[in-house]
Amino acid sequence: MAFDAQAERKFKVVGTRVARPDGIDKVTGKAAYGADISAPGMLHGRILRSPHAHARISSIDVSAAEQLAGVKAVVTGADLAQPEDDFYADVAINCLARDKVLYDGHAVAAVAATSKAIAKQAIRLIKVDYEILPHVTDVDAAMKPDAPVIQEGRALETVPAGMSQNVTTHCQFGHGDLEAGFAKADKIIERSFKTAATHQGYIEPQACMASLGSDGRGEVWCCTQGQYMVRANCAAVLGVEESQLRITASEIGGGFGGKTSTFIEPVALALSRKSGKPVKIVMTRDEVLKATGPTISTSMDIKIGMTKDGRITAARGELRYSGGAYPNETVDMGAQAAFAAYDLEAVETVGWNAMTNRPKEIPYRAPGAPTAIYAVESVVDELSQELGLDPLDVRLMNAARKGTLSSYGPTFNEIGLVATLEAAKAHPHYVAPLGPNQGRGLSCGFWFNFGGNTCVSLNINDDGTVGVVEGNPDIGGSRASISMMAAEELGVPYDKVRTVIADTSSLGFNDITDGSRVTFAVGLATIEAARAAIKEMCRRVAKIWDIDEEAVLWEDGYAKPAGPNAGEHPPMSLAEIAAIAGNTGGPIAGHHEVNADGAGVSFGVHLCDTEVDPETGATKILRYTVFQDAGKAVHPDYVEGQMQGGAVQGIGWALNEEYIYGEDGRLQNAGFLDYRVPVASDLPDIETVILEIPNPGHPYGVRGVGETPIVPPLAAIANAVSRAAGVRMTELPMSPPRLLKAMTG
Amino acid sequence: MKTIPVETTINGDSTEFLCHADESLLDVLRDRLGMTGAKEGCGTGDCGACSVMLNGRLVCSCLVLGVETQGAEVETIEGMAKGEELHPLQRVFLEEAALQCGVCTPGILVAAKALLEKNPDPTDTEVRYWLAGNLCRCTGYDKIIKAVQIAAAEMRSA
Amino acid sequence: MVRVKLWGSLRALADGEEWVEVEASNFKELLDQLAIKHPRLEPQIKRGVSLALDGVIYRDAWFTKIGPENEIILMPYMVGG
Repeated sequence: MAFDAQAERKFKVVGTRVARPDGIDKVTGKAAYGADISAPGMLHGRILRSPHAHARISSIDVSAAEQLAGVKAVVTGADLAQPEDDFYADVAINCLARDKVLYDGHAVAAVAATSKAIAKQAIRLIKVDYEILPHVTDVDAAMKPDAPVIQEGRALETVPAGMSQNVTTHCQFGHGDLEAGFAKADKIIERSFKTAATHQGYIEPQACMASLGSDGRGEVWCCTQGQYMVRANCAAVLGVEESQLRITASEIGGGFGGKTSTFIEPVALALSRKSGKPVKIVMTRDEVLKATGPTISTSMDIKIGMTKDGRITAARGELRYSGGAYPNETVDMGAQAAFAAYDLEAVETVGWNAMTNRPKEIPYRAPGAPTAIYAVESVVDELSQELGLDPLDVRLMNAARKGTLSSYGPTFNEIGLVATLEAAKAHPHYVAPLGPNQGRGLSCGFWFNFGGNTCVSLNINDDGTVGVVEGNPDIGGSRASISMMAAEELGVPYDKVRTVIADTSSLGFNDITDGSRVTFAVGLATIEAARAAIKEMCRRVAKIWDIDEEAVLWEDGYAKPAGPNAGEHPPMSLAEIAAIAGNTGGPIAGHHEVNADGAGVSFGVHLCDTEVDPETGATKILRYTVFQDAGKAVHPDYVEGQMQGGAVQGIGWALNEEYIYGEDGRLQNAGFLDYRVPVASDLPDIETVILEIPNPGHPYGVRGVGETPIVPPLAAIANAVSRAAGVRMTELPMSPPRLLKAMTG
Repeated sequence: MKTIPVETTINGDSTEFLCHADESLLDVLRDRLGMTGAKEGCGTGDCGACSVMLNGRLVCSCLVLGVETQGAEVETIEGMAKGEELHPLQRVFLEEAALQCGVCTPGILVAAKALLEKNPDPTDTEVRYWLAGNLCRCTGYDKIIKAVQIAAAEMRSA
Repeated sequence: MVRVKLWGSLRALADGEEWVEVEASNFKELLDQLAIKHPRLEPQIKRGVSLALDGVIYRDAWFTKIGPENEIILMPYMVGG
């Protein structure tokens, strides 16, 4: 659905800063998140998890647990179905292991009991006989031919023969003659990088309440980014029909991609089915870190050649990612995003995924991109430094623009990269003076945006208000933006529109909230649904005025005669039309179902100043500015919020956050004390500059903004720290011990 | 284990409950009293999502035992608004978009209120250090700090 | 006839061809014809591919019209977070 090229459309609601509908509930503690509800007769579920990184399960004896007073059900992997489809089979095994445990924290069994204390006691009574196997947690080690094999026979057909069975994916992108390109370079830099796995760090642990009857009908209340995905996963893993399950998404306390799969819902349903009662499961923080979905861990080699004037002549990257103990294709996206910001004659990116004894990766904002771009932007920065060139000018000289053949295949349309780079160059931050032990870094960032399956139902209520029903959990304030677009289209005040999120039984299928897709896709569907409702209202009014439908137009919330030939009729407001809907044919609504396409790509540039302490290796962020193209900022406050939040997550990833595995393959830091996310005192204000280069694929020009902000920070900070410390940092996070070691040699 | 009867005052109302000796105040609030405003983000006192006031002191309710509230005064997020009237911090947080998912917001509001009662005119740095015990993953803290300052200014001039 | 570009690692499964010509007027016909012409591409097509049509990415839309004047690029199926 194309951009309304009404050249200077004056938006009345879109672009203003309105109050959000869930606001009062959230500041008063009333809002109901995943763990906030209870049900009569409810049982408490608790999961037993493997203490070993890799082991065969010889036997599980649940008898002592079953006999404990207060225990109403115990389940193991045998209580779940064995889906034929690889995707669902992996979901099932990850919910409850069958023959093997694949990582420290892998779920093995679960109990439901009348109290939390009894449930905790009961899991200790379950006897599991493990045959411990050798483990591997490092991606490079996992690729070696003699590495312990995590799963057999999981390699895709693109993996060459003779590699370790842990290698599941191979991909390659690019174009041009690399050899000729490197021959033209005045300087070539080749570097290897490593990054640790990190976690989305949402403050709300996964929580659900599930109920499944002997008739196969069930209900689940859970915090999730996709209630339809939960339904599909639960149906497959439990062997029940999807339509028998009604999934309601609670308010969600953070997702960032980490709640785009299911870990506990199928287990809770299985326990409920066995016990005949509702079962509530809430994960503890260490369970979240050990057994939900962290990012990939990586090892990367980048080689770039540049002329002395700053033109990149050739670029090559090899990315070795590990998405944990299951096959994983995130490296495809990392490999495509790696050089996307550049206009290159010769470029090649090769990607591999290898299994390790770690939890199953799921997305964290822009999956695969932050680490790849960290490596690429570090080398571009080092080349700029070595050649004595301004790093921003180097980006501008090589920036992708309309007509550039991208490194991943397609030719770019209108994109906002040059505009964001120029905005950064013009900003006072770029020329602010720096002191001793201080350095400035910058990075471009890129991410794809998606459309996806979307349904919206829009009802004109009899009192003249408007109800919008959509199916995407609100993780960033989207309900307000959706209401704004409906209000804009219908020409009514924002406070006359109320947007709610449907459960799976009340609306058709919707893809998960991901890919920065909601404001774009749900917004687009809402606009279409509003237009359908408008058409119907005009049709009714045409009948009242006894004129042709085409002679009625809609403007500013009123049906009006289209011209003098239509006759003299006083305009009718939406409220007036709604009040007599029963007389004119019945209740009025509009709906739209679509697999939305036409989502643009989103570019951002981050500028960062840091100061390093040569005695402690500590890094202070002095100043941080985020530049991003939003296409059209529907609610500017929330766009800024995404930019700031993503940047700070990137700061944590660059400076402190990492999964630390011991020699025994166990996670050493499964809590917020030692998995150190940024706190308020670590940070300065995060300045934001929103650019608006309309996306031709959306009626209001909207681009997705949620994911791009996490892509540039790793490199921006690494470049700033490297310049401040006088040494190029090639391993993340740049925690004080690591930085100190690099500085002191 | 037998339960212990406790008499306390929560948000000005006298309250009685039964709990086990090893139950945290957070568990009591959420599971026994149905007050789910305080959240469990970590259970180890690292995230501040469970922040409440105990005898005028800001604490993590996951680190306080339910029985410790015997004869004490507890204030939670549920007591911050007065009927229909929001506390200035609550209102300003909404106006300044200082929350996204909102799960850390109750803890941050309780903590911010405690700060302003102690120090009605803090610097940005003082606000940031005071709130260092409250993790937020969505906002990057920027709009939170600004909202606290705007509310503080409003409260000073009232 | 339309021309579709395969990404690097897929070419080995298509006799090394970077650009493949098939008779197709929409996305579905394109995928069906590709699988017939180069059967070793079928597993990837079954797992999912995206189509970049003149720079715009389509993930599932079978009936997206394509013609010889379009730039048609095959891409892996994308996910976000």
